[in-house]
Amino acid sequence: MTYPASEVVEEPALFAPAPEVAPELREFWDATSEGRLLLRRCTVCDEAIWYPRPVCPFCHSTRTVWEQASGRGHIYTYSVVRRGTGGYADAPYVLAYVELAEGPRVMTNIVDCDTDAVEIGQAVELVFHRTAEGTALPRFRPAR
Amino acid sequence: MSIKRKAFIVGAYEHPGRRLPDTSVPQIHAEVALGAVADAGLTLDDVDGLFTGRDTPGAGGLSLADYLGLRNLTYLDSTESGGASPLYHVGHAAAAIAMGKCSVALVTLAGKARSGAGGGAAPPEDPFELIFGARPPLASYALAARRHMYEFGTTSAQLAEVKVAASLHAQHNPNAFLRKRLTVDDVLNSPLVSDPLHRGDCCVVTDGGGAIVLVSPEIARDLPRRSVAVLGHGEAAKHSDGGKVDVTYTGAASAGPRAFAEAGVTPADIDYASLYDSFTIAVVEQLEDLGFCAKGEGGAFVQDGGLVAPFGKLPFNTDGGGLANNHPTNRGGITKIIEAVRQLREEANAPVQVPDCALALVSGIGGDLAARMRSAVLVLGRQDA
Repeated sequence: MTYPASEVVEEPALFAPAPEVAPELREFWDATSEGRLLLRRCTVCDEAIWYPRPVCPFCHSTRTVWEQASGRGHIYTYSVVRRGTGGYADAPYVLAYVELAEGPRVMTNIVDCDTDAVEIGQAVELVFHRTAEGTALPRFRPAR
Repeated sequence: MSIKRKAFIVGAYEHPGRRLPDTSVPQIHAEVALGAVADAGLTLDDVDGLFTGRDTPGAGGLSLADYLGLRNLTYLDSTESGGASPLYHVGHAAAAIAMGKCSVALVTLAGKARSGAGGGAAPPEDPFELIFGARPPLASYALAARRHMYEFGTTSAQLAEVKVAASLHAQHNPNAFLRKRLTVDDVLNSPLVSDPLHRGDCCVVTDGGGAIVLVSPEIARDLPRRSVAVLGHGEAAKHSDGGKVDVTYTGAASAGPRAFAEAGVTPADIDYASLYDSFTIAVVEQLEDLGFCAKGEGGAFVQDGGLVAPFGKLPFNTDGGGLANNHPTNRGGITKIIEAVRQLREEANAPVQVPDCALALVSGIGGDLAARMRSAVLVLGRQDA
């Protein structure tokens, strides 16, 4: 399944540090720079794997492949962090686990939202925030 | 008692690579782990003991357990002794196997001394968690608290009751960092730091430390002080499970039953509990996970003085705990053990000494409540118990 690319915000309001890119995740981070979120899928047990890695944490097969995520999901839990540190010192911001339509619960931020109106179960959609090194962080905003 | 012929090496694998610029350190650990268990004719699902040194990314092997999807760990050892670490690990693994603490032990070593640049020796989860401002450990506990409230109706006032009980105990402890007697409203009126947690839901930040000495029964008999028997121990790792993370329980759900089984007792037998209290929500989840109440009923359990010594349903943290007394260098495990020893020696502060205290439980969780943690539970008994 191929989904349209999500928006990549070039100058995000929220701190967007560049990730350290593990060699076997180069393809994942290259995809983020184009607005696509990849999941690792095990071809033996068919589980979607998060965070991505070559070995399946469910059946320990190394027969895993990339697939594009739909970018849709809902909020599993969240917190409005009011005392951030480092680059996040300019709080508040919303930290959350989003449950993707494909199943995995991914840690992320909820952006472009009223922080007081965020709710568990709320439908969200993917938006990318560009980092200084060209990659982009997968974040979510209320579904439009 | 000896390890002699109690454990056998059945698998061994040396990575063929000498230059591995395109493989991360955790992935090299994964490849050698898979190679060794395959050599043994086993799978990673058979592994219940993990032994790692400082070369493993992350804290104490936990990130590797998460990376590999090890779900059946009953024993973790991360002794660090430089290049000799794996020899310590084999010795410790043999002792653990001899004692029945685990039956299939995995020892790994991996790294990229030649092509380290861009190597990924940082915890593999960092680009997917820490990068989003998951301020450790506070935000993780907040994520857990929010979901616990959503699923079970737990309230901020119930969480505050945990802090209130700790403060009631701390007022009798002349060394406690916070000796002010707090009310639920005091906690609820303190600033939100990471919704739904208030500052009052957090432990104190202190300098200090503590230590414990254990000896054989023969030596204990000849010493003048009252001793405390170690009756049971259990441990577990809980991690993000490949994306199926569940923040409503702690590793104590697995570690607790192992400790109770070894001690041959049940939660109903426990007279006093030291529960890791970095944040109030941690206490509520451990009460449920250890079987002191059903899952979801921790909030109700702590109401109406459920944790208050000496006569609450389960007197806890009678020194004031990490929430009010002491949390030296942000590691609360040692003070939890020390207060349990005081209770079993009948040396707790008099107003909070549990009468006829014969059995104590100590529950420790390390790491973060949402994504990954190690959990250890001890059952301790009075000298004559």
